[in-house]
Amino acid sequence: MSGPILALVSISGGAPERASLEALTLARRLAADTGSALEALLVADPAAARAAAGAVAGFGVAAALAVENPSLTADHPDGWAEAVVQAISARQAAAVVGPGTERGNDLLARVAARMSLPMAANCLAVEPGERYRITRQRWAGSLLEDCWLDAPVRLITVAPNSIAIGAPDGSPGPPIVAVAVELSDRDLALHVTSREPAERGGISLADAKVVVGGGRGVGSGEGFADLEELAGLLGGAVGGSRVVTSAGWRPHADQIGQTGLRIAPDVYIACGISGAIQHIVGCKAAKHILAINTDPDAPIMGVADYAVIGDLHTVVPAISAEIRQRRLAGG
Amino acid sequence: MNILVCVKRVPATGGRIVLTADGSDIDVRYLGFTVSPHEECAVEEAVRIVEASGGSSTVLTLGPAAAEDQLREAMAIGIDRAILLETDGRDWDPVATAGAIVESIRAEEAAGGAFDLILFGNESADTGGFQVWIRTATALGRPCVTGVKALKVGNGAIVARREAPGGGWESFEIPLPAVVSVKEGINLPRYPSIPGRLRARKKEIARSSPAWQSGGLEKIVLRLPKEEVTAAEIIGRGAEAAPAVVDLLARLGVLDG
Repeated sequence: MSGPILALVSISGGAPERASLEALTLARRLAADTGSALEALLVADPAAARAAAGAVAGFGVAAALAVENPSLTADHPDGWAEAVVQAISARQAAAVVGPGTERGNDLLARVAARMSLPMAANCLAVEPGERYRITRQRWAGSLLEDCWLDAPVRLITVAPNSIAIGAPDGSPGPPIVAVAVELSDRDLALHVTSREPAERGGISLADAKVVVGGGRGVGSGEGFADLEELAGLLGGAVGGSRVVTSAGWRPHADQIGQTGLRIAPDVYIACGISGAIQHIVGCKAAKHILAINTDPDAPIMGVADYAVIGDLHTVVPAISAEIRQRRLAGG
Repeated sequence: MNILVCVKRVPATGGRIVLTADGSDIDVRYLGFTVSPHEECAVEEAVRIVEASGGSSTVLTLGPAAAEDQLREAMAIGIDRAILLETDGRDWDPVATAGAIVESIRAEEAAGGAFDLILFGNESADTGGFQVWIRTATALGRPCVTGVKALKVGNGAIVARREAPGGGWESFEIPLPAVVSVKEGINLPRYPSIPGRLRARKKEIARSSPAWQSGGLEKIVLRLPKEEVTAAEIIGRGAEAAPAVVDLLARLGVLDG
């Protein structure tokens, strides 16, 4: 097949998620390198997809594909997989590039399984050819693998927080093309049956612009009060290393690292974290890292941009006090 | 309930990964081996379910003969028996791996031991291919949920709960038999006891050697990413550093929300 390159673009809250724009950026490059058209398949409820089609303007998208099926919602993992399978066939796609988020990998793996095709997850670069030569992450990015992907339709997900999103170039919004899909009861059988809100309110760790992380040096669950206070003042969120969640000082959902969340805030403040590789892969996408640690030789210093040498239980409350004082002074 | 858990032997890389001179693999001469934290939790979950509601548990791996260590480790924690799909050490890609696992499951089930629940860890620690359990479920025609952090076992069905993308939780109630990949945090795995280790030595391991296959994804070479080691700028020591830190936060544009 020598059809278009299909980018899967997940829409949440009316806009494409960041990881999907990274996938779109890589897909655009691939389309240019292969002389193919770029099409974006909007992964969202049909109404939301139509409303969000304009959001992929400026990325060189020739058509925004909106899946049409009255029963399909975002809550049907197999339904979406079947929809993508049918879209690949309807558009005669040469390759599909999706976000390497948990949901993005899940979706494309289901597509791959249904089509009996290989899939390369968490990729960073693609050189097209008869076989695609791909660079992908192993060990959550501690190691890179160059590999061949040999398939009639190439299925690729892009490692999140790894590609600079191209700036939109002012080209007009693409036309919306409806793709009618037929789904069986079997495709729709798997669906979300209930939801619960987060235990805590406030800003989520994944979205926070400032994250205050704590490690072994925090010493106890109670010790996180200092970090909570600073995060509160900065409108940020608190996370922890694997040591912290394994010890039960924080819930597991707060873990930053290879087996937890990978975050990309503007500023990450790492408190009492030595910087094991398992943690570093989860926080290295932060724009700026400030380490607060008693040990100037801790591995975290090798990835931090700034450091304060000292006990976090002295330094962090002092920072919070300074912020309060300036805010009072500033009226 | 009969439960199958699938695990993968991987090097315990710890701090820094070192490659062989030709970049074909990780230099494992000085490394121990383990399974991923997600898989440790999958093993623990299987043992807990069988402890609570009866049945039996089996652990399966595709790997070299030495992967017997990881099977014994799982049995030391309480898994009843093991299946080793022995390879000659070559890499098996996800398509081929799932193919061999499916074939083994079919043979097991034909012999009378149907698995109600098949557990995997969410993505292997090393290759991170994120697909073997989905391929296995699809081939077997069973429902499959990814990234599960809580499992409730009912009568002929389970409720699998996972984190929702925007925060909070979402649950799937699915009929058995089913396939689930679990994440670290679903439980706190126990350490094997000494009696557990002794019992594990005597437990049965069924062995077979499936033929290597190509699945369309083929490793060329491994590389270490360019290390961007920065020398952190030390902006102060102790509490006296606070004004400099707040200046920095203001400069980075995060002081005012």
